[in-house]
Amino acid sequence: MSDATHSAPHKPTSRSLHAVDARTKRRNASESRFKAMGIGAIGIGLAFLVLLLSTIVVNGSSAFQQTFIDVPVYLDPAKIDKKGNRDLADLKKATTFTYAPLIQNGLLDVVQKAGLETDLSKAKELKNLISASAAAQVRDRVLADPSLIGQTIDFKILASSRVDGYLKGRVKRADIAQDKNISVAQLDLTDALRKAGVIHKGFNTAFIFGADASDSRAEQAGIGVSMLGSFYMMLVVLVLALPIGVAASIYLEEFAAKNRFTDLIEVNISNLAAVPSIVFGILGLSVFIQFAHLPQSAPLVGGLVLTLMTLPTIIISTRAALKAVPPSIRDAALGVGASKMQSVFHHVLPLAMPGILTGTIIGLAQALGETAPLLLIGMVGYVATNTPDGFIDGFVSPNSAMPAQIYEWAKRADPAFYERAWGGIIILLVFLLSMNIIAIILRRKFERRW
Amino acid sequence: MPVFWIFVIVLALTGAGFVMGRARALSSVDGDRRRLHSLPSYAGALVAMSAFLPALALFVLMLALNATGMILTGATLLATLIGIALSLRLISPEFRARNAVETGVRGLLIAAASVAILTTIGIVLSLVFNTVEFFNLYPIKAFFLGLNWTPSFGGGSELGILPLLWGTLYISFIALLVAVPIGLYAAVYLSEYASHPVRSAIKPLLEILAGIPTIVYGLFALLTVGPFLMSIFGPNGPTAAIAENGWMHAGTAVMTAGLVMGIMLIPFVSSLSDDIINAVPQSLRDGSYGLGATKSETIKQVILPAALPGIVGAILLAASRAIGETMIVVLGAGAAARLSLNPFDAMTTVTAKIVSQLTGDADFASPEALVAFSLAMTLFVITLGLNIFALWIVRKYREQYE
Repeated sequence: MSDATHSAPHKPTSRSLHAVDARTKRRNASESRFKAMGIGAIGIGLAFLVLLLSTIVVNGSSAFQQTFIDVPVYLDPAKIDKKGNRDLADLKKATTFTYAPLIQNGLLDVVQKAGLETDLSKAKELKNLISASAAAQVRDRVLADPSLIGQTIDFKILASSRVDGYLKGRVKRADIAQDKNISVAQLDLTDALRKAGVIHKGFNTAFIFGADASDSRAEQAGIGVSMLGSFYMMLVVLVLALPIGVAASIYLEEFAAKNRFTDLIEVNISNLAAVPSIVFGILGLSVFIQFAHLPQSAPLVGGLVLTLMTLPTIIISTRAALKAVPPSIRDAALGVGASKMQSVFHHVLPLAMPGILTGTIIGLAQALGETAPLLLIGMVGYVATNTPDGFIDGFVSPNSAMPAQIYEWAKRADPAFYERAWGGIIILLVFLLSMNIIAIILRRKFERRW
Repeated sequence: MPVFWIFVIVLALTGAGFVMGRARALSSVDGDRRRLHSLPSYAGALVAMSAFLPALALFVLMLALNATGMILTGATLLATLIGIALSLRLISPEFRARNAVETGVRGLLIAAASVAILTTIGIVLSLVFNTVEFFNLYPIKAFFLGLNWTPSFGGGSELGILPLLWGTLYISFIALLVAVPIGLYAAVYLSEYASHPVRSAIKPLLEILAGIPTIVYGLFALLTVGPFLMSIFGPNGPTAAIAENGWMHAGTAVMTAGLVMGIMLIPFVSSLSDDIINAVPQSLRDGSYGLGATKSETIKQVILPAALPGIVGAILLAASRAIGETMIVVLGAGAAARLSLNPFDAMTTVTAKIVSQLTGDADFASPEALVAFSLAMTLFVITLGLNIFALWIVRKYREQYE
């Protein structure tokens, strides 16, 4: 009864199984085109990844190198200690303006002794080679040990950011015509000093451990203090988000009855996970700072904001980990007389711990890279100028965080800061990478498949 | 730091309470623990809980009421001691300490779960109060319908949201234009074509893109992509001949931010669509193969239509991400609010203006600062709406195959 028997007899075509007809060819071509598109999409994605990472490394690695100048400085008692009594209170009256010429004289001596040819014959003309931070460095050394006055002491001081940029290839001779901070003659002298070994590059520990510096002293800026800020924030997040997140997940997964209150919590968690981070910054600003009067720019407040932001991440992964523990474990515990609470805390929770920790570390990594909410609560980059004194102070004294510091550097006008921003990103990514690797190792090592 | 010391003392008292409670339970039965209803450490835990929790609650309450100094210290320590004394009196051989502790722990668990609700309430209240205050100072109509955004801290500023919304949507649109095709093709390839080892190698690599902090993308936009686009579309680029002076006048532009945001969203789109494609039942594929369709025909004509609602949901989630993204647009999109169609113009977004209005020197009660809250409110409503809609679509679609 099928229609096929009634249909008109097929016209015999010259089809062969050996020769592919045009239609099949077209279909096969479209097949391989489609597949190529897929490979292309993945290729583009991976290419972006490689491009991004290589840009970071190429631009950022120079931040870990810094140019230094070796200068013997004659600590002239007539200038530093006019009263001649070596009294600390009097010594403190000599500002960095007193010290800067001493360093310039020292450098001029070096130039003349080495017999380097240069048009620059006055000490003042060497000012642009030397970092503005050098005077403070010498002054601090003198204040720490006044007996040095009158001697000639060898100092390893920072070169100015223009000299540093010239040696790194950032500052080019062609571009400096308008530049008030460096001249061609000074660059010639830089080359000569470089050959004489007076100017040399070294590893930049100050970048990793130092504080941020003002706009005019790019060569001195470091990410160390804001790293501490990030560290204190992460402590707050860990101490608050882990217990609260785990407790909330245990309630929702093990105890909550199916009712409207539970539904309300569930809806809230899934919505909070999707709220833009900047809105959490608004929350922090108005609730923690305006309403609760917590100190502005404090890592404590930053940590609280990030805690609220990370909670959904931790709750979602903790619930998954709890769900993965088979019901037989709970039944066995209940069967030998444990209470519901005991079965959860003595048996289910320890078994879910690796999964919970993995989720927590990933949540922390997310929080570590977050910038926008921190800007709203005042944790902007330029705040990170002083190392906090002591553990408690670290939570409440104004500070910044690594990503906010990077943002601050990216905004500044002097391109010398861009190198620092990329370098900061390298450090940030190293932290994120190690956190993720720890999470992966934890998962590989302890995860149980039931 | 008195707060710190109060905390230490309360903790020490809590520890002491635990030891005392345990000892009291044991001594009430002369050391014969079999006669106790609960294990002795439950009695200890009860005393510790009643020492610590009321004291903590009182402490937070008094801090909220701005109490300081001796009153704060005294009240907190008194609460701790009263808690210890009262709970110690309860302990007897018949006392159900375990049940009491478990009720308390359950309360704590519920409190922790309620933090999510409190956060939402906090967000909504802080947005609503400040938004209302803003609309007392600035007409609501001018905010939603104004075509100009020219804040001046001296007063007399025009604060229309439309140019900001336009910038936000334009940038998000370009980001989706980049992310959706790439992400979708990648997801299709990974779930339908790739062998298992390839898939398990490529997927985490793509997801690295999602784990990179947005500040990194922002810097990438500002310092790499912007100058690169300038060299092509700028006044000195090869396209300058077509358009006088070129299309692009600064490195920061809609295109710069959109492209980079698109890169960021690729793994977001691809892993969401991957999940959704995997949820399409195998029987649909088998049926299609059985009819002689090739793999790509099956994907295009069977799997994608079946997965379409879910994919639309994924795209909407990605759009809500793009709209709420801050750091990329702050660094990459420019600062000028502009209603223009040229994707190489600098524009600005709602999120970027929230940052700039609240990090400036504006007086907090001025409309120029308060406008940030209304912007955030708008942003919150838009992203929330998108999310709820997207999750609803995804859920509905999942139920279809379950």
